[in-house]
Amino acid sequence: MSETPRDRILARLRNVPRPELPRPPSVPPPTDAPARGERAARLKSRMEAVRAEVHLVPSEAWLERLKEILTVRKVATLLYAPQTAIGEALQHAWETDAAGSPELVAYAGPVETFKERLFAVEAAVTAAAGAVADTGALILRPTAEEPRLMSLVPPIHIAVLRAEEIFASLDDAMRAGNWPADMPTNMLLISGPSKTADIELILAFGVHGPKELIVLVLE
Amino acid sequence: MTGPESFEQSAERALADDQLRKNFAFAMGSFIVKRKAVFSDEAETEQLRARGQAIKQRALSRLPELLEELEANCTRNGIRVHWAETPAVANRIVLDIVNAHSATGVIKGKSMVSEEMHLNGYLAAHGVEPIETDLGEFIIQLNGETPSHIIVPAIHKNKSQIAHIFHEKLPGTPYTEEVTELNAIARRTLRRRFYEAAVGVSGVNFAVAETGTLCLVENEGNGRMCTTLPAVHIAVMGLEKVVEKLEDLPPLLRLLTGSATGQLVTTYVNLITSPRRPGEKDGPQEVHLVILDNGRSRIYADPQLRQTLQCVRCGTCLNHCPVYTRIGGHAYGFVYPGPIGQILNPQVEGLEKAAPLITASSLCGACEEVCPVKIPITALLRRLRDESYSRAPTSAVPGHGCRSSLAERLAWQGWVLVNTRPWLNRMMNAVLGAIGDFLPPVGPLERWMRFREEPKFAGRSLHRRLKKKGVADE
Amino acid sequence: MTPESPKPSRVYFFSTCLIDSFYPEAGLAAIRLIEREGVRVIFPRGQSCCGQPAYNSGFPEEARTVARRQIRTFHEEIPIVVPSGSCAGMMKHHYPTLFAGAAEQAEAERFAARVFEWSEFMVRVLGVRLEDRGQPLKITWHTSCHALREMRVIEDSKSLIRQLSNVELVELERERECCGFGGTFAVKHPAISGAMVYDKVEDILATGAPRVIAGDCGCLLNITGAIAHRELAVSGQHLAEFIWERIHDGA
Repeated sequence: MSETPRDRILARLRNVPRPELPRPPSVPPPTDAPARGERAARLKSRMEAVRAEVHLVPSEAWLERLKEILTVRKVATLLYAPQTAIGEALQHAWETDAAGSPELVAYAGPVETFKERLFAVEAAVTAAAGAVADTGALILRPTAEEPRLMSLVPPIHIAVLRAEEIFASLDDAMRAGNWPADMPTNMLLISGPSKTADIELILAFGVHGPKELIVLVLE
Repeated sequence: MTGPESFEQSAERALADDQLRKNFAFAMGSFIVKRKAVFSDEAETEQLRARGQAIKQRALSRLPELLEELEANCTRNGIRVHWAETPAVANRIVLDIVNAHSATGVIKGKSMVSEEMHLNGYLAAHGVEPIETDLGEFIIQLNGETPSHIIVPAIHKNKSQIAHIFHEKLPGTPYTEEVTELNAIARRTLRRRFYEAAVGVSGVNFAVAETGTLCLVENEGNGRMCTTLPAVHIAVMGLEKVVEKLEDLPPLLRLLTGSATGQLVTTYVNLITSPRRPGEKDGPQEVHLVILDNGRSRIYADPQLRQTLQCVRCGTCLNHCPVYTRIGGHAYGFVYPGPIGQILNPQVEGLEKAAPLITASSLCGACEEVCPVKIPITALLRRLRDESYSRAPTSAVPGHGCRSSLAERLAWQGWVLVNTRPWLNRMMNAVLGAIGDFLPPVGPLERWMRFREEPKFAGRSLHRRLKKKGVADE
Repeated sequence: MTPESPKPSRVYFFSTCLIDSFYPEAGLAAIRLIEREGVRVIFPRGQSCCGQPAYNSGFPEEARTVARRQIRTFHEEIPIVVPSGSCAGMMKHHYPTLFAGAAEQAEAERFAARVFEWSEFMVRVLGVRLEDRGQPLKITWHTSCHALREMRVIEDSKSLIRQLSNVELVELERERECCGFGGTFAVKHPAISGAMVYDKVEDILATGAPRVIAGDCGCLLNITGAIAHRELAVSGQHLAEFIWERIHDGA
């Protein structure tokens, strides 16, 4: 019988009297859950406190707002995911009228063949799968169609979120989405542009992740 | 570790360094204020801490089962799990993976366990370049130093010191103290490394057994770069980092983040459950998890000391410690500084090496008042002090009894005698009342008098005054 | 017996070894202030040390031996008043731990339940009222770590000071920070302890107060010793002694 490091470690751990402790009770759903409008306002205020830019827009107006945001920043290239609802909407809108708008760049193949382009695009737009109001964070579920690096590499990240998918807390979001049943490859909470305070605790934005995070909340 | 210099010498050197004192006093003061702001409701905070403690204690009570469950779920997800009893074995595992991919360098997210492994030195010695990407780690790596704080590794440096390091160690870099520019320099320099790297190494904040998920938190984005861009991601963790369920994460994240930096949430919370799945366009093709023991299973065996393993590495005990604030992280001479280091290092490295750490505390309790998982640090320090003198045949702590000395035993026997025999007590007080002012300044008295006048014994003790007054009664 | 309970007719007084040897005036003042409220004070002569020095240094057996002595000496079921948050904390919070699982566990727990820190007793049990007869004076207050975190009596102590109408209390900016005494810590790590007490004295100087009042004589020895070493014009006094002087138009 050959004993592995694993066997030895587990044997040492098992060989010890241990108390029977109950699981701490689950956090119950809040009885006074904030209303949707309040959650959106709370999310906005939390995220803006860490320099995210949050726009509350009527659902039908999001494309127009997106175009304005891109124009103001003179963005020349916009990374997007073609096989998503957002992607299709963008393609359609750009087909109709792309004047003054950035070039759409599709994340169409594996990163190995796409890396140089990925590091050169100026902005990316993705969906957000939801958000958490109390701490102020977006929930992203990258997929085969909408890969993870979209929300990391380009210096500007624009996220499109439906207001009804803003949860009061992370507990709520996990419960509503039954996260344990189906964890994706990668799940992310993103609360603002990247930052650091490693130098004398002086806050500086735009380190390795995006310098700007812009959220469009569709009401 | 500092070489031949003793802890006392390192501490004295740090105390004499005005710039260091200023840097730390400012930083720790800020952390204290930030933490208070984000945990302003006392009752709520106490509830949350109790919850954190309950979650960790429950997880520890099921540690072997949870590690097996974690391994099973990670494996099912495609994450390859490795077990290492010692840093040497863990380092070898990492190197083997690196070599299997013919990589000549690795990009690293901040990981205290990798410091414990001395991974960087090991990789460098085997021709693999370790590239730190967390800004604080990047700065100290340039300067050939180790981290001085668990969360902000370069906090012992001020802007001008960092400006000098960048100017001197990064070719072609002008001298600038502008923080935005310093950050931009780091961003530019490291971006190329992210782009080219074949292997990324990270730590793990929490490993969820229920789903086989690795949870990592960060603000800069370098962690996500290391765990997403390269073809291979290697995560290293101490075996105590496993938690039972996904629903344990929200309170733990709130506690960790609020305690570490005074934030409600970090910029990124990164939940990794598998390598790239078929059809996905990015993410590592291989994800490895290295589970490190390095003495933790031995600590685990003792029910009281097991509480050491509740630590979530937030660093708040450091921030609130009057000793750490004055001597800084390097003076401790071990991987983990501050109060957590004072209980952890001796248990991992042994009391013979680390004994000075356990006495360098006034037991003020500021640390355990804020510990998010309620580790009773002062009780564990007393326990370790007891162990350092203990002449028991066996003990949970390596090096127990290393401080046992006849002189100290006799001194405490003498103390017991004086305090259990009232006549002897009265006699001591009478004698000291008469000659106390003329005691030669040697030993403890000499050390006291380096910074204070000698204490004045009362001519007549309270016992005598009360006897005269007639209050005393048996 | 719990705080906010009816006034007892008799109480024990535990002087603490530091008051016994270095600050007997503080002990006398504390006793007189209790007696002034019509409570009889009993001072068992067999008392000595609470055991904390050995307990903190890693000698629990030795601490138990001395602690047992105190438990047996203060055997009547009446309150034990202690003019030190540190010693009170040791007896109230650590005696049960020291004797956990031992034959004396129940006895130690009953003992611990009777322990009061002096200012806590004056405020919550005796509801003392003070009339200040002294000259206007600015003071600052230092709290011991144990009074703050274990006994939680800092507000009781401050409320006594606030009753003195001619006394202006200026709080320390870093009130919660340890003064660096820590018993044997001060002599085992003199440079670190020295740096801590230096900063505490700086904090005191910054208040502009000519006097620092404290409820713990370990802290007081440490702080006044450091002040004298630097030849500064700030004096230090135990809370009980200070109050006794003020209500008798003292300094």
